[in-house]
Amino acid sequence: MLPAPLTGLLASTPPGVDEALELTDGLDAVLTDGLARPGADGARALEDLAAATGSSPLAAPVREAVSSVGAGPVPAASLAALAGARTALTGAVHDALLGALDTALGRTRDEAGAPAAPSPEPAPELEGARSWLTELAVAGWRGVDRDLAAGADAALTPLLEDPSRRRLAVLLDGLGAELRAHCPLPGDQDPPARRWGDLWARAVLLAQDAFPAWPGAPAQEASGRLLPLGADVHQHPTAFQVQVHALLEPSDGGPVRLVRTSVSALKVDVLTRESVWGLLSEHTALLGALAEHRALDIEGMPLLDGGDLIWHDDRAHKGGPADRFAAARLHLAGAAAPAVPALERHPARIAEPVLLEGYAAKKTTKPALALELDLDGARLPVSLLRRPDSSSLDVRAAAGSGACIGLMRWDAGRWSVQMLGVAAKKDPADQTHTADWAMGPTDPKFATALRNSDPLGTLRERAGKLLRK
Amino acid sequence: MVPTVYGRKLNKVPYVELADGRVQGVVSSGSAGERVYVSSVSAAPHTLSCATNNNRPCGGLGGRACKHIGSLIAEASRHYGAERVAAYLRVDGGKSTEDALADLQGPVSRESTGVVFTRFLRYLSYLEYPGATAPVPELHWFPAGRFN
Repeated sequence: MLPAPLTGLLASTPPGVDEALELTDGLDAVLTDGLARPGADGARALEDLAAATGSSPLAAPVREAVSSVGAGPVPAASLAALAGARTALTGAVHDALLGALDTALGRTRDEAGAPAAPSPEPAPELEGARSWLTELAVAGWRGVDRDLAAGADAALTPLLEDPSRRRLAVLLDGLGAELRAHCPLPGDQDPPARRWGDLWARAVLLAQDAFPAWPGAPAQEASGRLLPLGADVHQHPTAFQVQVHALLEPSDGGPVRLVRTSVSALKVDVLTRESVWGLLSEHTALLGALAEHRALDIEGMPLLDGGDLIWHDDRAHKGGPADRFAAARLHLAGAAAPAVPALERHPARIAEPVLLEGYAAKKTTKPALALELDLDGARLPVSLLRRPDSSSLDVRAAAGSGACIGLMRWDAGRWSVQMLGVAAKKDPADQTHTADWAMGPTDPKFATALRNSDPLGTLRERAGKLLRK
Repeated sequence: MVPTVYGRKLNKVPYVELADGRVQGVVSSGSAGERVYVSSVSAAPHTLSCATNNNRPCGGLGGRACKHIGSLIAEASRHYGAERVAAYLRVDGGKSTEDALADLQGPVSRESTGVVFTRFLRYLSYLEYPGATAPVPELHWFPAGRFN
């Protein structure tokens, strides 16, 4: 990305973003104190929310929901309407931010197709999730006690069994773990209201009978050469996901496309750092290509409209060595970007691959550890929040870098770059990427530690003995 | 977000959790290979409990912690960090956290072992579910990193 457009991007927030977030913050304050007692400020915030959705198809249900709050039990439809209104607002914020970023990057994005069709079947397995989410909303984050936080487990049980409910299961488990760790909140401590509001609203939508089936019908089959750019690593105590961003050179000679492919596994909390990659070992070709910096040849792999390749390791072969910086320099600027599926639009999902070069990395330690990239005066913060410890890409490697492949993120109200791979300033051939440990740690210290402790093997052995007696 | 726990060896104490106001977990028997103990320490007044998963009381538990509870606390300190364990148990300052945790004393009580053991089995069951290859966009809210 060039310094001038970056300066413009960092300098201003698109019109309407602050106003939309003010409205969602108002709802989040109501969710903090609980729908059972919205108070005068809360009632005003809900009125504002109803007014803001007044000219949309959500107008009637949101109006009804707002008048139901504070008047006896809150109907399930009201919660869905409130979550829907919040999602519409965060979706609009996403669109404005991504539009500004695309302009700064000169990136061309596909037109969005029709949203996925609603699921026609009632889903009784979602009942537990809906009632837990209702109880949370009624109690408010301040009213969540240990028992209510633990209620996630019961809601989860029928969802874990069903692979098509994995999204909701993983989300409820993540939210439940946070609530267990932090609730009941000490009186002087504010909840992370926007974050928990985000998670709650998405969970409410995923728990609706009509929410479209996951992952939806494949739009087309893709074949060609896949050039990985880097791996975005996600994790909470019981889930691990690697989302690989890549360039696809279709074998039919079509234009190069930006795609992503995700592989995930459920896990337990003690599996962290060097021991997480073993969870994904079934995807040999993908992990091998990541660890060895190779391309992949794929044949007939389903590609969704949103740019997600549904990984089938048996339809992929490891290809020749592929330098990620070379691939990014050659193709990234001109690559076609996919439209974002309607129900995924949210600022947290913005993760646009970029190549940054010729910067000076500036590390500061006060008041807290921070890292910035200075590109000709444009100062872009590096996201230290999104810095997995399951690789050698630590702050030192980041601070000593002269070029990086990263993802543009919009977290906590500002732009930052999440590093996926860096080239050292002193020696650009010296590269460190987040998935270098995909086939095992490359750092001998961690390799030895993993061999000695083997937590995944130990737990699997226990499970074999105890669960299948 | 949840503070990330630390990796550790699992042969001696395969399971530990901070839950229900207690540090509790499953400890392998030193002598019999198949036997496991369910041990716990409550937040102050530090009620101690230790029994096999068949609810046979641990012979080593008197006015002081038995070796199973000792292992549990040591591994919990590796897992969560000693400071977090001490705060959860409301261990008083005065001496070093490690010393205070190594010298826990309290009334002995016989907690039912079933709940913790069932949770251990549930924990293990997470590794039995198949992986997924469809994207989980919600995980963008959960970046891998260390939050402590």
